Amino acid sequence: MFNFTLSNPVHACIAGIFGVLILASAIVFCMHKGDKEGKHKELTARVKSWWFMIAIFSTAMLTTPMVSIYFFAFLSFLAFKEYISVIPLRRADRRLLFWAYLTIPVQYFFVADNWYGMFIVFIPVWVFFLMPFRLILAQQMEGFLSSVATISWGLMITVFAVSHAAMLMQFPALAESPAGGAGLVLFLMVLNQGNDVAQYVWGKFLGKHKILPLVSPKKTWEGFLGGMVTTALIAVVLAPFLTPFNMGFALLAGVGIAAAGFIGDVTFSALKRDIGIKDTGALIPGHGGILDRIDSLSLTAPLFFHFVRYFYY
Amino acid sequence: MALARQIFYVFLIKPLLVLMLGLNVRHMDRLPERGPHVIAANHNSHLDAMVLVSLFRWSDIPKIKLAAAKDYFCRNAFMTWFSLNILGIIPIERHGGADNPLAPVFQALDKGHIVVIFPEGSRGEPEQRQPLKYGVAKLLEAMPEIGLTPVFMHGLGKSLPRGEALLVPFVCEINIGEMLRWAGDRKRLITKLDESFSSLDQEIAPKPWN
Repeated sequence: MFNFTLSNPVHACIAGIFGVLILASAIVFCMHKGDKEGKHKELTARVKSWWFMIAIFSTAMLTTPMVSIYFFAFLSFLAFKEYISVIPLRRADRRLLFWAYLTIPVQYFFVADNWYGMFIVFIPVWVFFLMPFRLILAQQMEGFLSSVATISWGLMITVFAVSHAAMLMQFPALAESPAGGAGLVLFLMVLNQGNDVAQYVWGKFLGKHKILPLVSPKKTWEGFLGGMVTTALIAVVLAPFLTPFNMGFALLAGVGIAAAGFIGDVTFSALKRDIGIKDTGALIPGHGGILDRIDSLSLTAPLFFHFVRYFYY
Repeated sequence: MALARQIFYVFLIKPLLVLMLGLNVRHMDRLPERGPHVIAANHNSHLDAMVLVSLFRWSDIPKIKLAAAKDYFCRNAFMTWFSLNILGIIPIERHGGADNPLAPVFQALDKGHIVVIFPEGSRGEPEQRQPLKYGVAKLLEAMPEIGLTPVFMHGLGKSLPRGEALLVPFVCEINIGEMLRWAGDRKRLITKLDESFSSLDQEIAPKPWN
């Protein structure tokens, strides 16, 4: 099952990620050593959590494509659960939420089956129509609209959007990109998560001019643009190994992932402001909840998927 | 039988709770390490007791006992065996009968157990606080050297409320309070416990459940 070889670009890239992680751990360890007040405690927790997350993700990527699809399905489950746990709902919505959970196995079945037509209409069309009907059966109309709207939005973001990352696995290998779907998933995840880290680091060191101070006071133009340049550079470096993109498309993909990641990120900041919470959970020490980690993925995954599908498949 | 209990909680219940619901524990360091000790928790769901026992380490699990209604948990031979040996309950006579319904709890505390009590009595309406009963104050009055740790939970009443058999996963928030001591009279202790629950509840800042 684990046939690890560096001549496989996906395996080489995962080895590279671990290299970066070891480097980051060394830097944080040195910062931690010279620091007596423990102000880097959160950073240490963050890096430690990265080890866990990357270990789990790598295992999913290195076994079989099916395991990667299960991985994203489980990610959707955790994200949706976190979402409905922090938003205001009614007792009358309980039964509907049970059905809403069942959309996860169905949606990922369409992914596993590579049934593109159903994959793309199931949640936005069928669930969107049938869900309000199930809610009507509970016969409690007060708050009906807000329940339908919040649950639909949650399914779009946590199930429909995230499943696009899994659907990338179904793109076959091409002559110019033998890494196929797995390469695309890895490319997306590295750029998306890398962009978050790069934005954070650039913002921390150079951040001055706030972009949306009322939504997310820590987001700055310096962080955003620094992140974008860094992400575009990583895209250009990785694209020849993992994707069929030429240099122009690699740049475009990098810039697009950075921009969409930013929008996804601030969308969730706005949601958290609205309901008055800082993090959506505490599952990942130093990061918050699953949603705090994959907020940017919610927009980049569909965008990147359709970009690839339109131009290359 | 202690081993069966440890396996039940550590290898079955805890992984299920963590994967299905997700346990978000605050102030884990306030959890008592040794008995005799009393834990008072709010009561929303059948899952409450399971979650509380799952917080403890493998070696501590045999020490944890749950004060629970005898008429419900010992309603037939299988339930009696399961409740006493696997869940680890102390059966309490709710409706008169015994002279002192708390006598079995005193025995457990004498043996150095950590006893979990739900001072709200029955589960009531999900995620709504009930007035606290005085049993826990009577315990501490008789054994004033014993500490009382309040634990407030939110979310289990949404996942599995009273009268529902269908589990719908919601993240479970668990907030452990600072230890309380016997305060000189029953009313004052109950007021302190109630205030502690309120501040633990506020710290979680749960979303309304209309």
